[in-house]
Amino acid sequence: MLVDLAGGWNPMLGRLAWSQIPYDNPILAPLFVAVVIGAVLVLGLITYYGKWTYLWKEWLTTVDHKKLGVMYILIGLVMLFRGFIDGLMIRTQQAWAVGPHSSGVFGATHGYLTPFHFGQVYSAHGVIMILLAATPLLVGFMNIIVPIQIGARDMAYPYLNALGLWFTAAAGALIMISLFVGDFAHNGWFGYAPIFELQYSPGVGVDYWIWTMELLALGTTLGGINILATIIKMRAPGMTWGRLPIFVWASLASNVIALTSFPALQVALALVAADRYLGAHFFTAGLGGNLMLYTNLFWIWGHPEVYFVILPAFGMMSEIFPTFSEKPLFGYMTMVLASMAIAGVSWLVWLHHFFTMGAGPYVNSAFSVATMLVGIPTGVKVFNWAFTMYRGRLTFNAAMLWAIGALFLLLVGGLTGMMLAVPAINYMVHNSVFVVAHFHSMLLTIVYAIFASVIYWFPKVFGFKLNEFWAKTMFWLFSAGTALVFVPMYMLGFMGMTRRLDYVFNTAWHPYLLVMEFGIVVYTLSVLAFFALLYVSVRDHASNQVGADAWGTSRSLEWLTHSPVPFYNFAVLPHVNARDEVAWRRDNGIDHVQPDHYEDIHMPNNTGVAIVLGGLTFVLGFALVWRIWWLCAFSLLAIIALVIYRSFKGDPGYIITAAELEQMEKAAMRREARIGKQQHRVGSGVLGEAIAYARSDLPSLASQPGSTGGLDHRS
Amino acid sequence: MSSHGSNVDPKTAELWDKSHYQHDVISTRTFGYFMYLLSDGMLFATLFAAYGVLSYQHSYSGGPTPADFVKPWYTFAQTMALFVSVLSYGLAMNALKHKNKSGVINGLLAAFVLGVLFLALDIHDMTHLASSGITVATSGGMSAFIILTQVHAAHVFFGLIWILVMMAQVLAKGFTTDVVGRLLTLRMFWHLQAIIWVFVFVFVYLWGYMS
Repeated sequence: MLVDLAGGWNPMLGRLAWSQIPYDNPILAPLFVAVVIGAVLVLGLITYYGKWTYLWKEWLTTVDHKKLGVMYILIGLVMLFRGFIDGLMIRTQQAWAVGPHSSGVFGATHGYLTPFHFGQVYSAHGVIMILLAATPLLVGFMNIIVPIQIGARDMAYPYLNALGLWFTAAAGALIMISLFVGDFAHNGWFGYAPIFELQYSPGVGVDYWIWTMELLALGTTLGGINILATIIKMRAPGMTWGRLPIFVWASLASNVIALTSFPALQVALALVAADRYLGAHFFTAGLGGNLMLYTNLFWIWGHPEVYFVILPAFGMMSEIFPTFSEKPLFGYMTMVLASMAIAGVSWLVWLHHFFTMGAGPYVNSAFSVATMLVGIPTGVKVFNWAFTMYRGRLTFNAAMLWAIGALFLLLVGGLTGMMLAVPAINYMVHNSVFVVAHFHSMLLTIVYAIFASVIYWFPKVFGFKLNEFWAKTMFWLFSAGTALVFVPMYMLGFMGMTRRLDYVFNTAWHPYLLVMEFGIVVYTLSVLAFFALLYVSVRDHASNQVGADAWGTSRSLEWLTHSPVPFYNFAVLPHVNARDEVAWRRDNGIDHVQPDHYEDIHMPNNTGVAIVLGGLTFVLGFALVWRIWWLCAFSLLAIIALVIYRSFKGDPGYIITAAELEQMEKAAMRREARIGKQQHRVGSGVLGEAIAYARSDLPSLASQPGSTGGLDHRS
Repeated sequence: MSSHGSNVDPKTAELWDKSHYQHDVISTRTFGYFMYLLSDGMLFATLFAAYGVLSYQHSYSGGPTPADFVKPWYTFAQTMALFVSVLSYGLAMNALKHKNKSGVINGLLAAFVLGVLFLALDIHDMTHLASSGITVATSGGMSAFIILTQVHAAHVFFGLIWILVMMAQVLAKGFTTDVVGRLLTLRMFWHLQAIIWVFVFVFVYLWGYMS
């Protein structure tokens, strides 16, 4: 039943052998040493400061959606860094290996990467950036923000939430270990039939790729279910559908996509696995296999996935523009409809990834028109953001700069996307770097929105703001890097340069490639600026502290509770009365009204089961990659046993009594009082009359907090 | 204050929840599980799409096709085993309404035995095919046929483990909220596998037999 393998295999270790460790690779071996030293250093520091108990109790076993979200974002940032290094390597190889006279080192004829190694680098770059950087970053933000924005104490299923995180972590570990044990796929992040078949890729690279993606798909599906159920079932009283913040709507639309599309990926990859492990003929070049079936199945997931990552970014922008324009979002209802429309249309456009398949003019036209339709709701969103800023009181702080940057990149990416939607143009630039530049514009839109959100929501989660100077420095460096890398890339695409070249034959392209190399150096500086940003902000955190409403002009429910958010989110669940509840309370001078008494609340217990299950799935993935069958059976049985154990044990949860709650709330309010006063002056102090335009959509001056002392309110 | 989407008077507005609002545990759980089943449905939909693409004459590469080996009455027996299993699960849920522990156990037991019968028939069928040289490696068409039917069988297998676990939990814990919630979600799971089987039976077995 199982296929015969060309290389060695033994029952104990499967395909594992010393020859699979690339100790003679001049790039990987030093990196491995560095990683080991780094890991020993980190573990040593944790032991030295005696933080293991803290780490285990507060983070590794937590079911708190905010901490899980923070860990998602940490994974995302680490993988973003790894993906960036991959990008740096790709750019350097292409700037170096140009023309027949270019030099070669490390066993490469040209440049410093052999073609096989280069193939692994760009495949890993794609998988990591989309599934292990963008997705965890966005899921992390949804995890942290959605429950607070709808006035819930936690996600609908806190334990499942932890499970999703640890599956993602296991997938990250699996792709990282492929650096040092065996190799990674060289078939691009989306794979090609039949090159990923065993016959053409006999190594373990493709298997790493399959099981990493399967684990991520599983984690994301579970996470999607959780967020959907949270939004639908856990809203606070008064939080009607018409009052839901746009970020929550975007998360809803996004996770509808995740729930429905990820199974297609799981099946597509499972069928590849059937080919590689059982000798099936789904995508083989003979015996009735169908190559294009794979490409279709993959992109049936792949295109919805693209909108799965862009929609939360749109939601983030929809939160940030109103806050720093001091205006409600323009066109709330159209924004909701646009999000849902994008989610719907995402299912009808997958074929535009391979117009050249040759499906014929009718099929190509239909998908071309469907693709152009996406421009309508997206255009609606762009205009809504523009009208939100129009005649607003704009504050150009770092978060706003990143959001505006996202808007511009979205325009560039969107317009080139419209060009690519025309099959006639698409045939000309198919698989050229023009396409690469297009989707990098789109994905960088997400990155911009993510950095905007990091700055915007950081004070909510940690209680202090990030340093403005370094955030802005990073923004300008990053934007310069973006322009320097991707403008030449668009041009090269028109000149006919195809993607994934480990050797560039045309020396006329060299100047452009050198500009791109310079751009990636500027990007590197922006990464350093990010580290400086973190360092300086943490160093100065005592002077950057903020109260509940960190920006003074924020609008949605997450700004009602304290910063940093207590683990129970809200001592008493808020009763929602308006669309922008916090803005409504502030404008009516009732934003400081606190609940008059507290009641016991019920919270879920921490559990170590989730992280152990994550570890076991990592072992299962590793055993499947190396075909160590006994270890597969063992880890699978252990997983089933552990799930049954947890099912019997259950979680009764625990009670925070009203007295404890009152104590914690009082401490939080004392903190607020200590730092809150000056914060609030800063926030709403730029008041109105300096701006000549009086707007009917803002409350009159009389009802501003601090000017009249607010309404007499007895709740 | 229309700009805030609210016409609540801030002077009298209720700002904090006074109603001791509680989320319904069972309904939250069954709703989430229903969504999981939707994704499971998408999984099967993708497999059916793959089967649709790989069930042309050329997909079998000149080798055996389902028409050569499908025995409709044999598969009909499988169908009946699964359907009656679902029926007895339904009877167990009926007993649950009356808090009738032995009724629930008996219903689950019958569902389990019939599920095992279904799986045994399936395994017998597959080993029979393998002994006549038909495996996933025979052709693209046979890969699609076998993987689709066996993914369904794997679902049934995990459902059977779950039924055993639930029998143990009903005996050990009685009808707690957790146990009742799990019985309800398992019912949804078990029903979905029967519904999927209808499509497998019709579009894979019967259609394959006819073509």
